[in-house]
Amino acid sequence: MIWLDTILQGVLLGGLYALFAAGLSLVFGIMRLVNLAHGDLIVFGAYMILIVVSVLGLHPFLAALVAAPVMFVFGWVLQKAVLNRTLGDDILPPLLVTFGLSIVLQNGLLEGFSADSQRISMGALETASVSVGPISAGVLPLMTFASAILVIVALNQLFYRTAIGRAFRATSDDPVTASLMGIRPDRVFATATAIAMLVVTIAALYLGTRANFDPNVGPARLIYAFEAVIIGGLGSLWGTLAGGIIIGVAQTLGAAINPEWQILAGHVAFLLVLLIRPRGLFPRGH
Amino acid sequence: MSILSLDNVSKSFGALKVTDAVSFDVPQGQALGIIGPNGAGKSTLFNLITGNLVSDEGRIDFDGQDVTRVPAMKRVAAGVGRSFQIPQPFEKLTVFENLLVAATHGRAASEAEVLEPCADVLRRTGLLPKANSPAGTLSLLERKRLELARAMATGPKLLLLDEIAGGLTEAECRSLVQTIRDIHAEGVTIIWIEHVLHALNAVVERLLVLDFGRVIGIGDPKEIMDSREVREIYLGIEV
Repeated sequence: MIWLDTILQGVLLGGLYALFAAGLSLVFGIMRLVNLAHGDLIVFGAYMILIVVSVLGLHPFLAALVAAPVMFVFGWVLQKAVLNRTLGDDILPPLLVTFGLSIVLQNGLLEGFSADSQRISMGALETASVSVGPISAGVLPLMTFASAILVIVALNQLFYRTAIGRAFRATSDDPVTASLMGIRPDRVFATATAIAMLVVTIAALYLGTRANFDPNVGPARLIYAFEAVIIGGLGSLWGTLAGGIIIGVAQTLGAAINPEWQILAGHVAFLLVLLIRPRGLFPRGH
Repeated sequence: MSILSLDNVSKSFGALKVTDAVSFDVPQGQALGIIGPNGAGKSTLFNLITGNLVSDEGRIDFDGQDVTRVPAMKRVAAGVGRSFQIPQPFEKLTVFENLLVAATHGRAASEAEVLEPCADVLRRTGLLPKANSPAGTLSLLERKRLELARAMATGPKLLLLDEIAGGLTEAECRSLVQTIRDIHAEGVTIIWIEHVLHALNAVVERLLVLDFGRVIGIGDPKEIMDSREVREIYLGIEV
């Protein structure tokens, strides 16, 4: 029974990784932009929620609601003013610019908040749990997982059921032809990054409430997000969730065997999937 | 009144002058055919009219406005619709979604406003049975029809057709020509680049011959085709 419990914890942890990865996957899927600052943007979002919590005294969930529109606008401007200029046939400029952005964000946060680790307090919710028979799960991890599912369902609805989603898919397919249909790819990309920032805000909420964070934890989150996206197959959001779950389960199983193996086990699982299915579990585009 | 007017338009790629001081007018409602050997600069001329390329010299007026420096997406909204020589559908979108994207953005209209016009375009281009198929699964004729349908969905005043009849069987070509005639009969101005001359001649009222980026003849299709210069250059016939 202890194993079943461990696997459940891993699955729920996978929901958090899927949240980390969903925004990355969205942006890559639409504009082939690999955002190396994605992890730092999540940390940035966590600090923003922290500020709202401490200044306005709001509950973290309400604070995230306040931070979300700010992050949305931030993403729109970031894409329109900076990242759009890096897009083209060459893949190097976006990598360099987002790498630079990552450094700027880390050092900016270090300057503003010091290297002390922080945490967004959820009060009693942090220790609340529900039990079914011998298995119990924390309410917060359950909410994290449920949020991941909701985010993926919402993004899929947006993609396949709305006009903006069609514009996303058309532009992702062929930006030049799309512009001949009257679509403005620069605005479509800005909207996509803005929406990705909403997902980043949700990821930031659970990052900040689950464990301590400091200005330098972004890159490690980015690695998990990358691994989840690649295991799932580029561009498939449900695949990204599956990828997150695989890493989460591998980590908790590794930790159950030997606490030192937690991180290693996640990376090994990633490499094993790559060996067997180099294009990921659910590759898109057939 | 001219809906499109080109005045001394030139475009070079490096040392190669692909469009060389091209001037012509297209009256509202006319169907103009463009012929010329491969590499004569026909598709480049279309790219200059749609705004995919910006001319080095000269001036382009569309519908009473100077559009020489206006970007492609704004020209679509102004009423320039275009089909590609090599069909470029959004392959992962369904046929109907392809039209919806073109219509909502090309006309700056809401989805509700364009549903009926898009369904109408589907019917007229014979794509209704394929409405919900991903565009990537279509046959060549269907892709050509989708090119036409998508250009129509933007609600164009001027429709640019780039070798839309190429590679089709005789019967397919006939039905496509009928569709284009119907569109023209509704008052849409058409400029059509085509190597399939009998298809072209069934629709156009005026013919323009392009060679090495220059206009070497424009006028009545029959007179143009009978002229010695055109027969020598375009058809390669020693007269």
